[in-house]
Amino acid sequence: MEPFVRHSGKAVALPRDNVDTDQIIPKQFLKGVERTGLGPALFYDWRYGPDGTPNPDFELNRSSAQGASILITGANFGCGSSREHAAWALEDAGFRAILAPSFADIFFANCCQNGLLPVRLLPQEIDELFRRVQAVGDDYALTIDLEAQGVEDGHGFRTQFGIDSYRREMLLRGLDEIGRTLLEESRIAAFERRRAIGTPGPVS
Amino acid sequence: MTPRTLFEKVWDAHIVHRLPEGPVLLYVDLHLVHEVTSPQAFGGLRRAKRRVRRPDLTLATVDHNVPTGDRALPIDDPVSARQLEALSANAGEFGIELFDLRSPNQGIVHVIGPELGATQPGMVIVCGDSHTSTHGAFGALAFGIGTSEVEHVLATQCLVMSQPRTFEAHFSGRLAPGVTAKDLILGFIGRIGTAGATGHVIEYTGDVIRGFSMEERMTVCNMSIEAGARAGMVAPDETTFTYLAGRPRAPAGAAWTRAVETWRQLRSDPGAAYDTRVSIDASTLAPQVTWGTSPGMVTDVTGRVPDLAQFQTEAERSAVRRALAYMDLAPGTPLAGLRIDRVFLGSCTNARIEDLRAAARVVRGKRVAPTVHAMVVPGSQQVKVQAEREGLDRLFREAGFEWRNAGCSMCLGMNADVLRSGERCASTSNRNFEGRQGRGGRTHLMSPAMAAAAAVAGCIVDVRGWELADLPQPLELAS
Repeated sequence: MEPFVRHSGKAVALPRDNVDTDQIIPKQFLKGVERTGLGPALFYDWRYGPDGTPNPDFELNRSSAQGASILITGANFGCGSSREHAAWALEDAGFRAILAPSFADIFFANCCQNGLLPVRLLPQEIDELFRRVQAVGDDYALTIDLEAQGVEDGHGFRTQFGIDSYRREMLLRGLDEIGRTLLEESRIAAFERRRAIGTPGPVS
Repeated sequence: MTPRTLFEKVWDAHIVHRLPEGPVLLYVDLHLVHEVTSPQAFGGLRRAKRRVRRPDLTLATVDHNVPTGDRALPIDDPVSARQLEALSANAGEFGIELFDLRSPNQGIVHVIGPELGATQPGMVIVCGDSHTSTHGAFGALAFGIGTSEVEHVLATQCLVMSQPRTFEAHFSGRLAPGVTAKDLILGFIGRIGTAGATGHVIEYTGDVIRGFSMEERMTVCNMSIEAGARAGMVAPDETTFTYLAGRPRAPAGAAWTRAVETWRQLRSDPGAAYDTRVSIDASTLAPQVTWGTSPGMVTDVTGRVPDLAQFQTEAERSAVRRALAYMDLAPGTPLAGLRIDRVFLGSCTNARIEDLRAAARVVRGKRVAPTVHAMVVPGSQQVKVQAEREGLDRLFREAGFEWRNAGCSMCLGMNADVLRSGERCASTSNRNFEGRQGRGGRTHLMSPAMAAAAAVAGCIVDVRGWELADLPQPLELAS
């Protein structure tokens, strides 16, 4: 996983609550066996009409959104299906961070697994960012510093965010979580021996 | 000792190690695998030259992407076929038991776990599917994970997790006739919202839940994720033990006696504290129908599509405007009488034998409206066989329903079972998201009895007051 330390980039706003993973990547793109190349499927049904032509009204299709790497969106982003394809599609489309008042639990974990930083800000901070994106239009940029746990736009918007120290550490160092857990092999084996002797039923 | 909740007991019993940064390494007793969210995980193992730590605690089936038509025919979609072949190859290479399309045990992963008796009280169960919460009906801690975590569990049999918060959803009173477990959970989600339980594990308590069958408890726990919860749980009791006794993967003999003894401890201690509590008088619930594009956009079947003025914030009003445009509904429209084109009886929420029986009692001796295309997709091949033994297939066919093979089917429309744009569907599934059942399709979630009544009436209709038929006697005793 690519480490996330500090990122500056263009921000795009998708001011909607409860964006579910079926919208982030519709089911027809879940049939593959690879995790790469899913960027073109991102928000497919919102992005394109039934005949495949781009929908000019969709926020991410506007010319000001091209090249954006930070998504600012509404509450409960990523709800619904556990499909990690949603995080893969966002990452493949060039996104490095998502800012929202809240995220669905499974999606939040999936982002962290892929070096895509989910940042929880206060609802009023997100509203302020929506206003700033709209006012500035093209090239509204933000800097997200995971080390300092801060977000700023260089024009007076500056705030801090919280993230648990385990996730932060994994993201900062781009660590392989499986490799880290395998270091605990002897503890896992000891747990299995304990369960096998002491506990009837569930683990035999 | 501090009183603990059911969740805390199961959580504590699975802590392998507390990591210095805060989360724990949590042991997984049962890992369920299906074709859509696993290929990349197996690929990751292969690239890193890792093995599956406990293939004996891993069980695979095909469900999301399988055709529900004639199993003797080859699969039309070559991409889908490749994904099924990939699971078969992965299961073979890593030594994992697989129930494939030829297996009599194939079915939706959340239907077959319980029916095999593989799902047991006190377990930690995970699967790359958000509706894994279903298994919490047995007093297991069961939750959905992403593919990276699937790979993590395959390699280590553990997950790194921070402890979720606890939530008690207490249901007192009794459900009125015609009101079901589906209505209870939809009503609950309508009340707390689709993010109402984010970060929490819900424990469902109260007389109504105690009185529920395992199938009903599974319907409730299944939709916990639709309230944002990681998992839903019900403390095991005699109903649970009776359901599990004699199932192929359940303990037997002396091991069974010991297991039940242990399982009886799996209940929240008196005085145990929950982070959040909600209490609902279930007697007040009516059959529920969704009107929008999120399970929380739901109301009584006797209700109307809401007016925008009912919502407090501009964000809510804009979501409702969008939903109503998608659903082609005007504020104030009564739900009853809304014409439908399709009926889907299926999914991990409502495709178990009791669900099919409930629908059959509504349908028997009646005909599906000529304007409606209706289908029944049993949750598993075992459910299908059982239903056929009871004569339900004939009853559905005679009424004009299609009778299919098991799979997720039109719950998510990954296979050929999809709504066409503009079609309106009465569905027993769990999500009414935009495009979920097919691009441009309009989903109304409801109970099996309500969906069956809608099929006959050709429109959304209140099933209360309908005469329910007796079901045919089984041809032989259920095994």
